[in-house]
Amino acid sequence: MSSYTLEGRTGTWEVVCGLEVHAQVVSKSKLFSGASATYGGAPNAHVSFVDAGFPGMLPVINQECVAQAVRTGLGLKAQINLFSRFDRKNYFYADLPNGYQISQFAHPVVGTGIVEIELQDGTIKHIGITRLHLEQDAGKSMHDQHPAKSVIDLNRAGVALMEIVSEPDIRSPEEAGAYLRKIRQIVRYLGTCDGNMEEGSMRADVNVSVRKAGEEFRTRCEIKNVNSVRFVMHAVEAEALRQIEVWESGGEVKQETRLYDPSKGETRSMRSKEDAHDYRYFPEPDLLPLILEQEFVDALAADLPELPDEKRRRFCDQYGIPFYDAGVLVADQTTADFYETVAKGRDGKLAANWISGDFFAALNRTGTNIETSPVSAEALGQLLDLITDKTINGRIAKDVFEEMVETSALPAAIVEAKGLRQVTDTGAIDDAVTKVLAENADKVAEYKSGKDKLFGFFVGQVMKAMAGKGNPALVNEAVKKQLG
Amino acid sequence: MSLDAATVRRIAKLARIRVDDAEVETLQGELNAILGYVEQLAEVNVEGIEPLSGGAQMALRARADVVTDGGIAEKVLANAPDRAGEFFAVPKVVE
Amino acid sequence: MSIFDLTIAGAAKALAAKDISSVELVTAYNGAVEALNPRLNAYITVTAELALAQARAADARIAAGEATPLTGIPLAMKDLFCTEGVRTTAASKILEPFIPQYESTVSGKLKAAGAVMLGKANLDEFAMGSSNITSGYGPVENPWKRAGSDAKLVPGGSSGGSAAAVAARIALGATGTDTGGSIRQPAAFTGLAGIKPTYGRCSRYGIIAFASSLDQAGPMARNVEDCALLLQAMAGFDEKDSTSAEREVPDFSAAVQRGVKGLRIGIPAEYRMDGTNPEIVALWEKGIEWLKAEGAEIIDISLPHTKYGLAVYYIVAPAEASSNLARYDGVRFGARVDGVDLIDMYERTRAAGFGPEVKRRIMIGTYVLSHGYYDAYYLKAQKVRNLILRDFTDAFAKVDAILTPTAPSAAFGLGEKMDDPVTMYLNDVFTVPASLAGVPAMSVPAGLSAEGLPLGLQVIGRHFDEETVFAVSAAIERAAGFTALPEVRAK
Repeated sequence: MSSYTLEGRTGTWEVVCGLEVHAQVVSKSKLFSGASATYGGAPNAHVSFVDAGFPGMLPVINQECVAQAVRTGLGLKAQINLFSRFDRKNYFYADLPNGYQISQFAHPVVGTGIVEIELQDGTIKHIGITRLHLEQDAGKSMHDQHPAKSVIDLNRAGVALMEIVSEPDIRSPEEAGAYLRKIRQIVRYLGTCDGNMEEGSMRADVNVSVRKAGEEFRTRCEIKNVNSVRFVMHAVEAEALRQIEVWESGGEVKQETRLYDPSKGETRSMRSKEDAHDYRYFPEPDLLPLILEQEFVDALAADLPELPDEKRRRFCDQYGIPFYDAGVLVADQTTADFYETVAKGRDGKLAANWISGDFFAALNRTGTNIETSPVSAEALGQLLDLITDKTINGRIAKDVFEEMVETSALPAAIVEAKGLRQVTDTGAIDDAVTKVLAENADKVAEYKSGKDKLFGFFVGQVMKAMAGKGNPALVNEAVKKQLG
Repeated sequence: MSLDAATVRRIAKLARIRVDDAEVETLQGELNAILGYVEQLAEVNVEGIEPLSGGAQMALRARADVVTDGGIAEKVLANAPDRAGEFFAVPKVVE
Repeated sequence: MSIFDLTIAGAAKALAAKDISSVELVTAYNGAVEALNPRLNAYITVTAELALAQARAADARIAAGEATPLTGIPLAMKDLFCTEGVRTTAASKILEPFIPQYESTVSGKLKAAGAVMLGKANLDEFAMGSSNITSGYGPVENPWKRAGSDAKLVPGGSSGGSAAAVAARIALGATGTDTGGSIRQPAAFTGLAGIKPTYGRCSRYGIIAFASSLDQAGPMARNVEDCALLLQAMAGFDEKDSTSAEREVPDFSAAVQRGVKGLRIGIPAEYRMDGTNPEIVALWEKGIEWLKAEGAEIIDISLPHTKYGLAVYYIVAPAEASSNLARYDGVRFGARVDGVDLIDMYERTRAAGFGPEVKRRIMIGTYVLSHGYYDAYYLKAQKVRNLILRDFTDAFAKVDAILTPTAPSAAFGLGEKMDDPVTMYLNDVFTVPASLAGVPAMSVPAGLSAEGLPLGLQVIGRHFDEETVFAVSAAIERAAGFTALPEVRAK
């Protein structure tokens, strides 16, 4: 395994990193109120008196949010805790209406689990999951809407979040990126979070420390609210370099909360959050312990979709495609489903090659995606059928595909309309070969004197003469025969 | 355990209550009297006893995931000491 | 006989018989409020016009034959219940001004039953107190006087306004809330019946929270029967409160008539505390004799952790309160004192808005939850709380109800017991254990002190067995024949 290290003045440093991923739960209503969890909306439109922390208001938990957390836990191969509990995390902020966040501190709903990540060089690494718990999102303070005031929109306040905490098992920016992408892939497969980092429905707090080989962990800093995979990777490196500089110049890294500034590519201390971190957690007295029945968990497990790792292995086994290719095809559920529609009952390798080659290229070129693609999985499958039953050859198939991309027509119709069926009539092929050899008598002589390479030239010329429609195997055979 | 003035100030800060010097002194005395009184719990043997956090002995009941609330911005803002349009307004926060 | 002599049950009968109308009844009560409230300060907000409108609607409902036993009955609503469109203060300046856009479940149920709201009753600020002197809207005067003295006495707390209003007959009944004794102790101080039902029996939705794991709504009235009628309407499952019990509400009025023959009544040794007023002990002995005479079996029991109840309470309740009261930050409702920045605004707002007792409790609560002290205080208190619950569970394996005094003394004077907070807290010593265990408990007037002040006895029952509590309380009420009335009252 290639190991990532940073060279300092005093030697080689290793990076130690753990991620806390905040993933917004896909649900219609909020975690503890009946207000809509939909993103956006007019200011304070998706707010109930419960969300706004009005006197006498009480939380009532949303069953679906619990189910989504359990599904995610199952997807992370994690232990599901049948007993869990909500606690209050007390702190004052203008967008935290109650003056506390309802979270799960002492008894999270999901315990330890494992996530498998794959690195560029194909290495597989396991990252431990410490826990997953449910909590409320806060509202939004905006400081640039009014010259003299900060303004508050509570639409997000109370929306359910899953906080997924990893072990400090991550050792490089690449691993951090791969881990975050993997979490996003899993929650998207499960339908428990849309993974949309631009809208903030997924964000990460990144814990970073550095150490020299063989050392215990040194002091870590937490970089809050990093909102893209790329920024997470950059932040890990930038923060590691900063800490190395602090240690090497004789200083001491102070445990603190920092912010990543993408425009400068550096992290900076968040002074405003620094005062007295004493959250005074205690059991939320407005709620009772969350007791799950094993049958409830089992039913969710039974309904779980196939996850990317399993799907990838199955694709390899069932369709005989390489592990790497399978990884590309299971990147997201839509691609995987598309592949399976095309591959089912056909040559899996041929399907994989077509999808990761011509099909993805066409999507890129036309600026479409699988959902909006001009070529459906069914149509692509039909094209493969035409190749397999030798109606057309591979060369012509590419032309037919381009026509499909342009017109969305079905392949059989294109083949018929343009007369692209491949020629298997040996008489016609023999005639074409005879003609080509006659026109290239000098080359025939060269071939016969030992220039074997010219064989391909003759085949090419014959195909060209037949407008590409000759059956390649038959053409080969005929050329060989006539050249003696 | 006895509270000193600095701790009283720290607690007041955590609780976001402004206290002046005279109040610190009064509070220090009163809080120490209360803490002195509750000190008697030290003598209770609680080995093997689970903490009891609530008055109700039941499991949590959950509601269905249905949108039943919201769309009442005016009511939510009706009691606001300060607002800017449909937003609540507070003194400007510099981050 | 004056219209003010009618109880709720009596008034309901008179309304049903069309002997009186709700408008007549409410007009009389509105007048009495106007005459006596300036002196007693029992109401923070008087809603005379609303009451009259509700009375008219009640009369129409009675005429249509759709009345409940509470239709047209004028009540005082403790100002801790949020009432839609009617100013709600929790007796705190920090909620000045606050007009809820929603209705608490309990007040909503009373409204739906056709009850009439005369106004919002005074209380200790955020229900924190045992004398009503912590109210941001001034203290409430107890309508009772010591014989031969004009000294103003406290009505108890925190439901002191409710108690004074019913005792002075400027309300026929009232809602209260009880966290550590806030219904039972003022009921005892003013010669009323009052019940704190089982935790979870009444919804807490819309009641301004003090300590969530202890707060319970309940009724206060002139007698046990009226309390049963009120609780019948107030109780019931509410899906908006996760701690509300999904249980049928039994027929409390029927339970009042049950009698105590064959019931086993526990007398806990630990309630005979050193220094308890001998008058109180003597009254307790009388209560025991009355129940025995009615056919109950008296059994000595032990509730060994009783003496730790107050200490547990003064950790748990402030801890929860410190968090519950964090929402009063001047951002979304209530008062705001401007500051140079957000934190300054919070600190000034909360310093100006909260009174001294509330600040004390927030500070204590913040401290016991803070880093390094949680285990020693809060966690320890929760464990002892479990032992207190266990005491009750063990006792209720042997007995059907428990009889104790309600309070260690009769009503005291305004300005007394002010030396330090702990002396004041000791008022709750007999009521707090039932609150911590979540079991139902009722105070019933049982006699007068030598100074002519009412004294109460407390009946504690099993979880969700308010019926037995009502049955035992009614037996004591019958035997005691308590008929004394305060001098200050509507006549």
